[in-house]
Amino acid sequence: MGFNSIVCVKQVPDTANITSDAMTPEGTVNRAALPAIFNPEDLHALETALEIRDRFGGTVTVLTMGLPKAAEVLRSCLYRGADRAILLTDRRAAGSDTLATSYILSQIVRTIGNYDFVFCGRQAIDGDTAQTGPQIAEKLEIPQVTYLEKVIDLKDGTPKTARLRRNTGNGFEIVDVQLPVLVTVIETANDPRPFAARKVMRFKHAAVPAEVTPEKAEELKAKGLLMEQWTLDDVNADLNRCGMAGSPTKVFRIESIVLTKEGFVQIAPTEEGVTGLVQELIADRTL
Amino acid sequence: MGKPNRKGEVWVFAEQQDGVLADVSLELCGKARELADRLGVKVGAVLPGFEIGEMPKDLIAHGVDTVYTVDDPCLKNFTSIPYAKVVCALIAKYEPQIVLFGATPLGRDVAPRIASETRSGLTADCTNLEISDVTDARTKEVHENLLLQIRPAFGGNIIATIVNYDSWPQMATVREGVMSKKPADPTRTGNVVAEAVDGIGALAQLVQVVERHVEERKVNLKAARIIVAGGGGVGSKENFDLIRELAAALGGVVGASRAAVDSGFIGHEYQIGQTGTTVRPALYIAVGISGAVQHVAGMQDSAKIIAINSDPQAPIFSIANYGIVGDLNQVVPMLIKAAKNRQKSE
Repeated sequence: MGFNSIVCVKQVPDTANITSDAMTPEGTVNRAALPAIFNPEDLHALETALEIRDRFGGTVTVLTMGLPKAAEVLRSCLYRGADRAILLTDRRAAGSDTLATSYILSQIVRTIGNYDFVFCGRQAIDGDTAQTGPQIAEKLEIPQVTYLEKVIDLKDGTPKTARLRRNTGNGFEIVDVQLPVLVTVIETANDPRPFAARKVMRFKHAAVPAEVTPEKAEELKAKGLLMEQWTLDDVNADLNRCGMAGSPTKVFRIESIVLTKEGFVQIAPTEEGVTGLVQELIADRTL
Repeated sequence: MGKPNRKGEVWVFAEQQDGVLADVSLELCGKARELADRLGVKVGAVLPGFEIGEMPKDLIAHGVDTVYTVDDPCLKNFTSIPYAKVVCALIAKYEPQIVLFGATPLGRDVAPRIASETRSGLTADCTNLEISDVTDARTKEVHENLLLQIRPAFGGNIIATIVNYDSWPQMATVREGVMSKKPADPTRTGNVVAEAVDGIGALAQLVQVVERHVEERKVNLKAARIIVAGGGGVGSKENFDLIRELAAALGGVVGASRAAVDSGFIGHEYQIGQTGTTVRPALYIAVGISGAVQHVAGMQDSAKIIAINSDPQAPIFSIANYGIVGDLNQVVPMLIKAAKNRQKSE
């Protein structure tokens, strides 16, 4: 028995460590110049699912959508103990906004089926919208509990229920929820576990078909190291709801802004300079 | 997915807890008024809750023409599904052209659920909203009077303008403090329309609030006259004491950039910027902050800005009134000393 969890994870450009060569001269983003990382809060979502499996039994399935190289985050989920990993990669999904993305992710979850929890990180650092989690919940027609701090208890009754503690921004609240539920997790919820050496040894050659030759894929499959790779067709997606076609928000304009302030005064980094500045601020009643 | 209704109202989701309206909702009323006047339509506010009382008056005084209330015991505590259902039902009935939400934890929970159910677009954390005609670059079609949803994007290094041509309502969230609250006009008049939405009782059973703990806001950046903010350049949690010391010496409060918060130097409640708090103090001292767009969006309206940074090319200098190029470990102690001397001489 136990509780089955599905965890949505995302590979994101490392916007925290943006460098000047990450911007093109036209002011657009050069994604290729940014290192790709595991979206930080998704690691906490994964950890929550793994802890539930450790405490109560059940399974942990991870899914991601992206280019074939996003399989990298799936491997690191396997290194931490996930049971199953699925990549959806499909050119027709390109250009999806949060509405189209949540539709596709909800179709993946529906296709996997038999779940008690869907976990997501609260938000991804490349957009900071925090919209995809609640939108997946709505598409699946299940409740949502955002900003999870702690799983207090789970009850394996009919229906299954969970008691969860969520952050409310000005404190916290404890809620009882009927499963299945979608939960978004914040970074204070837990400390993600490191890779398990044994699992790294076992899964370091795991790959999705798009990363290897067909012969190699057969070989990996025989060893149980071929991760699943799906397309929109595999999840019965309505193409009108995916990609650009399914995205109501359009980017009208992108600009790198030029900041200006009138009357800039340079102050010398010396005692005299600093004292003079403080006196000026006192004189104009700022201080 | 709603078709464009160009006669539709401009709506604000009026967020309340325990009978108190969120500040951001009142701020948005002023912005909604501006947008509605531009479009020649009315401003509506949708107010779900229990024992709603006098709150509609406050909304009307801040610029709303019609307040749609849904007063129901199962809306006493906020839970996502009943609140989303109520707003979706009223959107279906009245077809507003724009719906604005505060980007509070509650607004960021319920707004995406509503956008998903109505299959409309939603732009998070807008720093500006305008009305303009937009020409689709591909089809050359002109869309009249669209809501321009303007926000820093991609770690705050660029500004993106998002539009929604045809899946209305056009929806956006805005952080508290981004739009300034207009003074209340108690003589304004408006309508209050009591609505009821069927079937939310059963939905309220799915998630039940067992306990709720509200903590006093420890940090009040919005009300501060003087803010000393540290960035990634401060270097360590320990070194942040320098920032605290300077703030104390000036009678100000401490703030931080996202880089400082992400590095664990200080808690996220101190974060200033697009995804933190927006501030307009009399004096803002930016220490070791490079000045990414996402940070600048939250402090550029400060009356006076002092930037201290070792990199003379740091973008923060371009919006500062005073710039000090130097090592903050030397400059800040000098400032602390000068500030303390001032106190002695007073």
